[in-house]
Amino acid sequence: MNNFKAVVIGGSAGSFPLVVKILSSLPKDYPFPVFLALHRLKHIRNGFVEALSIKSNIPVIEPHDKQQIKPGIAYLAPSNYHMYVELGNTIALSTEEMVKYSRPSIDLTFDTASYVYKDKMVGVIVSGANTDGADGIRKSKERGAYTIAQNPDEATIKTMPDAAIKAAQMDHILTIDEICKFLVSIKP
Amino acid sequence: MEIEIDIKEIRTLVTAIKTNYGFDFGEYALSSFKRRLSRILEVYKFENMQKLTDRVATDKPFYELFLKEVTVNTTEMFRDPSFWKKMKESVFPLVKDFPVIRIWHSACSSGEEVYSMAIALKEAGLYDKARIFASDINEDVIAKALEGKYPARNMELNGFNYEKYEGPKKLNNYFKTNGDYAYMDLDLLKNVTFKKFDLVQGDQFQRFDIILCRNVLIYFNLPLQDQVIAKFAKCMSLGGFLAVGSKETIAWCKSAENFSTFSLEEKIYQKKI
Repeated sequence: MNNFKAVVIGGSAGSFPLVVKILSSLPKDYPFPVFLALHRLKHIRNGFVEALSIKSNIPVIEPHDKQQIKPGIAYLAPSNYHMYVELGNTIALSTEEMVKYSRPSIDLTFDTASYVYKDKMVGVIVSGANTDGADGIRKSKERGAYTIAQNPDEATIKTMPDAAIKAAQMDHILTIDEICKFLVSIKP
Repeated sequence: MEIEIDIKEIRTLVTAIKTNYGFDFGEYALSSFKRRLSRILEVYKFENMQKLTDRVATDKPFYELFLKEVTVNTTEMFRDPSFWKKMKESVFPLVKDFPVIRIWHSACSSGEEVYSMAIALKEAGLYDKARIFASDINEDVIAKALEGKYPARNMELNGFNYEKYEGPKKLNNYFKTNGDYAYMDLDLLKNVTFKKFDLVQGDQFQRFDIILCRNVLIYFNLPLQDQVIAKFAKCMSLGGFLAVGSKETIAWCKSAENFSTFSLEEKIYQKKI
């Protein structure tokens, strides 16, 4: 499959090893930016990005506000900020109210990313313990994005992929190994 | 069902506001501005953007309300404790011998950071020589700051931040809880002046040694960020300190040439001498 521009991944409880696995399976010259909207402990500002970086083949960074988006980089939503994709190929951050008790909010990253990338975006929802991400992936789907949920049977905590599947007709429901393969197979 | 907002509709609204009231949202960051509009459509039950635009354009009191709704006022006491620690340990020692320490909270919201600063200064023995100017575009949040009354449930997080900041006391030394609210010790405002001020269009004629502008620039696009940073540069003493949010940077602004980096990690810049 081709004609893509960005990958957006949302996850919460139980998602850390999955995201590590995804990042370690992507090639060094991955042709897309990867946006990671992951719930995290609010007051631990450092450490997470390092932990994700260890096995990743592409750089993992917590972007600054208005940072330019480049392919081959994973952008992790910083602690206590929402991460938005802004028109003009930059990232914008926000301290707006929490959504579904979450900041970063998975819904908001999916919403803003799909507003910009439309059918050029792949959205993936993996393990998590609340329903954040469901509204975001529904909107992404409405805007033509390609949507994937982790197979709930495989997820450590299935609430989040279950909610995504309920909210919109996913293009695929896949195991984490299949998600990795799919993300490697897609082309710009 | 949420209404999908088109960029053209946002431009129409921005033009209508500019024409009728002279206020320019054209350089606000689009994604957050759009989200604020979604929220307003929902809360005030507008069927579409056209109806909101018509109402804002023709109803001045509603426009005033719109201005307040569109700005973001989330804040915490001692938010980013490591930042406040850096202020205490590295910035305060450099200003402690000033006869007067002039501080500007340039978008003070409901005042949590003003109280944090007052507490930090007090504990450092610097409060009496501090003159704190706190401003915001929204007078409702200024009224909240002056009242010093916050939901008691917020104090847990604020207290947690204060502990991480390694304050010498307990945060509850500075407030009393009564029912659902915490009431701040208003003595902390003795040297604080609040004023309504628009960071984008207002002119600042005072000079400051420390300016806080944390998590405000994120709602602006880069040209407007640059403009505001340039404004700060003009009203700061040489060697004065400018603090922005932990994930904000002035690095991409032309006006950054007026500053050197004092703490990269905590986003504290120093006006070049």
